[in-house]
Amino acid sequence: MLEATDLQCVRGHRELFTGLQLSVAAGQCLHIAGDNGAGKTSLLRILAGLLAPTTGKVRWKGADITRTREEFGAELAFVGHLNGGKDELTALENLRFEAALRGADASEASALQALRRFGLEDFADVFVRHLSQGQKRRVALARLCGARRAPLWILDEPFNALDVGAVDGLYTLIDEQLAGGGMVVLTAHQAIRLPDGARRLDLNAAGSA
Amino acid sequence: MSAALLAVIRRDLLLALRQRGDVLNVLLFFVVVVTMVPLGVGPELSVLRMIGAGAVWVAALLASIVSLSRLFAQDYADGALEQMLLSGQPPTVVVIGKIIAHWLVTGAPITLAAIPIAVMFDLGLAPGAALIAALALGTPALSLIGAVGAALTLGLRGGGVLVTLLVLPLTVPVLIFGAGAVEATAGGLPVGSYLLLLGGLSLGAAALAPWAIATALRISLE
Repeated sequence: MLEATDLQCVRGHRELFTGLQLSVAAGQCLHIAGDNGAGKTSLLRILAGLLAPTTGKVRWKGADITRTREEFGAELAFVGHLNGGKDELTALENLRFEAALRGADASEASALQALRRFGLEDFADVFVRHLSQGQKRRVALARLCGARRAPLWILDEPFNALDVGAVDGLYTLIDEQLAGGGMVVLTAHQAIRLPDGARRLDLNAAGSA
Repeated sequence: MSAALLAVIRRDLLLALRQRGDVLNVLLFFVVVVTMVPLGVGPELSVLRMIGAGAVWVAALLASIVSLSRLFAQDYADGALEQMLLSGQPPTVVVIGKIIAHWLVTGAPITLAAIPIAVMFDLGLAPGAALIAALALGTPALSLIGAVGAALTLGLRGGGVLVTLLVLPLTVPVLIFGAGAVEATAGGLPVGSYLLLLGGLSLGAAALAPWAIATALRISLE
């Protein structure tokens, strides 16, 4: 279970949020909403351990994530604003490297299977540089369906640049993750169809969730 | 953990291969800087023999600094760095892998390129061999110390100049013992202690730098 207590974030002398509480339990989805500049991305980076909150703590399974970075990282799949793939590698090479780094199954077959879920099997050997924005986003999202499923997904605007088919594919993936006892924290500006029981945290009226 | 290390080295070598222009530019930079020296001081062989080792070391230092911009900046800009730090592997493993790959595409070619350059400066067989051995032992320290500077200045405006100012003073011992090894050999003195000191500097840097780099990267990502 992911828990955050009393989070405050100050960026450039401006307080984005303060006294924020949240918790996500197994099988739950948390949708973080808010205007541009409300602090959605900062909050996600804090939850992923990439940004230190001004005050407050984030706990994963009861342990402070800044003390158990490696264990936490191994259980987290993060898709940020930046896709994180290398332009000079092919889609397949990107996925196989990530799997190898995580100590998961880095075989060509499992990487191809992940690409197939996002309809990219015909682009497996194309350099990411030559893919469209939406396809690059799909390569980044394909890391979610690697051989070893991370229990916690943190997704920053995952629906951006995706076409209708890919959006549906992502919905299915999120439903599977929740059904399997996983957790999803995501942001989206568009109206999205959230899975049943998803909770919403509005940073404009920050409080707790 | 060693599988992750190999994966990082393999990835960075593959990226270097796909961007060989960048790698070749660093090597050409080294060769061009060294070649400028005889043009500047004239073709007097005794003078060239005296300043040859120093010129090669200064050029190697500058070339390794020029190459630092490749080390973390691209991974930082496209988000690959944050993915690697969130991979569940200790960040030092990622950092060590990247530095090994960096040395293989800068320090190692520079060491090899110094062979014809030693001939060009007419260093002679024993001093030439001392120069190559000193470069092989000393350039890892340059990559490691330079990487600390590169990690600290990641994402800053004008980081290129700042990294030069930060890193150059720290590499002075490598320069002194590196050039000293060649001078000692030319003067008929034993070279062993110089090479041991260079190897020691590289090992010391290998023991300390990865932790400093990992911390600096984490701060830069905030």
